[in-house]
Amino acid sequence: MTAFGEIFRAGNCYWTGCGEGRGAAMSGRGIRGKVAVAGIGETTYYKHGQSPDAEFALALQAILRACEDAGVKPREIDGFASYSNDRSDPSRIAAALGMPDLRFSNMQWGGGGGGVAAAVANGAAAIVAGYADCVVVFRALAQGQFRRFGQGAPDPTVSGDAAYMAPYGVMSPAQKYGMRATRFMHDHGVENDVLRAIAMASYQHAQTNPRAVMHGRPLDAETYDNSRWIVEPINRLFDCCQENDGAAALILVSAERAGDLQQKPAYLLGAAQGSDHRCGAPVMNASNFGSSSFATVAPRLYEMAGVSPKDIDVVQSYENFTTGVMMAVVEHGFCQPEEANEFFTLENLSAPNGRMPLNTSGGNLAECYMHGLGLQLEAVRQIRGQSCNQVEGAKLAMNIAGPMVTPVSSLIMGSEETL
Amino acid sequence: MSETYLPPGMPAPVPAGDGLDLPYWEGTRRGALLVQKCAKCGTWRWGPEWLCHHCQSFNMQWREIEGKGLIYSWERPWHPVHSALREMGPYTVVLVEMPLAGNIRMIGNLLGPPDQEVVIGARVEAVFEPHDDADTPYTLVQWRLIAIPN
Repeated sequence: MTAFGEIFRAGNCYWTGCGEGRGAAMSGRGIRGKVAVAGIGETTYYKHGQSPDAEFALALQAILRACEDAGVKPREIDGFASYSNDRSDPSRIAAALGMPDLRFSNMQWGGGGGGVAAAVANGAAAIVAGYADCVVVFRALAQGQFRRFGQGAPDPTVSGDAAYMAPYGVMSPAQKYGMRATRFMHDHGVENDVLRAIAMASYQHAQTNPRAVMHGRPLDAETYDNSRWIVEPINRLFDCCQENDGAAALILVSAERAGDLQQKPAYLLGAAQGSDHRCGAPVMNASNFGSSSFATVAPRLYEMAGVSPKDIDVVQSYENFTTGVMMAVVEHGFCQPEEANEFFTLENLSAPNGRMPLNTSGGNLAECYMHGLGLQLEAVRQIRGQSCNQVEGAKLAMNIAGPMVTPVSSLIMGSEETL
Repeated sequence: MSETYLPPGMPAPVPAGDGLDLPYWEGTRRGALLVQKCAKCGTWRWGPEWLCHHCQSFNMQWREIEGKGLIYSWERPWHPVHSALREMGPYTVVLVEMPLAGNIRMIGNLLGPPDQEVVIGARVEAVFEPHDDADTPYTLVQWRLIAIPN
């Protein structure tokens, strides 16, 4: 066994408490209970290319709706956090809103949708540190007006990491991350039925969610099984996220202030981001390759939040692909990898009574691919008791972002009684 | 034009502008598979980087290795995302682990029919696929099945 292997085993610990005692929570740092989501807003969600409004206008609409939901005046906003190089520049938004004092603007580096929980965490950190008092986390996408995620790069020449992938037909996210999932499923004997259950749970939950693009379009097992391969042996059509137009936003304020506003606060209990040993090594040479990149991130999340997987009432886990959901849920300790075939059933994943209700808005698969921010809004609704698929008495909601990329991120929200 | 696994019109690789991987691409043109090995601590590395991740030495050397490996993972894209692949149908991609070079991994296509069985752990060998008619001629490294494990 190489040194890689030793690190691999140490990092691949599936919530056994590795990293215990050296994290932020032990030294009194951290965001636990200090910041809350006070407002959420989103636009109408569209199929890609169908937004009648410009991408920047969508961003403004979502932010204004979040302000209205929170009971916060737009000019009280003093900071922005986003991810994946969102095109709606904070300075332009501040000018458009007439903000008197832009105090914080932050972009989470790299990782695409893996940055969504990190963006929330970065905004929360700014409030804890005193850089800003009212931070908007937002994402706006009108892929019809710009290049689509799901299409290969049209450039005639490629260099760097792409030079070792694109000439062999490895270009889209489905193709770039497929082999991580193939290896994980091989290593642990995970069957494709697991992926079908995850897809069907999202579609089932979308049927009671009027915001969902797939509302009124249920998915049955036969339709899933007969759907075409996107990438064999792991991604059928219904295993892959949609591509959509729209925008979403949430508003972060201090816990103290959240208590004075009109909505029930969803407090942040913990957040973590990153990836393990050489996750970003070129040409797919990550040490822990058969992984969703959460092996070292998840233990840090639980440590800061002071809870364990059995405490979590509902999980929103970013679906780029159902494989990523499965691997990320396993790496957050909800089951051992060898238990996945028994754990991931439609019954277990369904609200309100499943063992681990998953993606209760329909998620990226069936509500809208708002690059994962829609899943954050859904976690807030669960804490408030406002979900279309409410888990009764939900107090702790987990949010997992962008599995398999690097850096990834995840967070835990809780109601007041969890503080 | 020589026979290639994927159709003409695919993105063509060019060495990185900073010179990091030029020896690899020059090597493939003459049928040599070159990867990095740290001159100080002997750690093998792929893909290329300026610094040894084990001992932080910048003294990286390029070593020719034998093109023999094991399938570590695989996938078969069916849905084309590039115009050159629209009429192609499914094709097979393999991630190959190189036990003779510190278990580094390399990506390529698995030559042969698109519906062939792919087994993790199967032995494969490198096949050099020249693209002599490209604006900047280049050679890809593809993989051919040698043996499936029992």
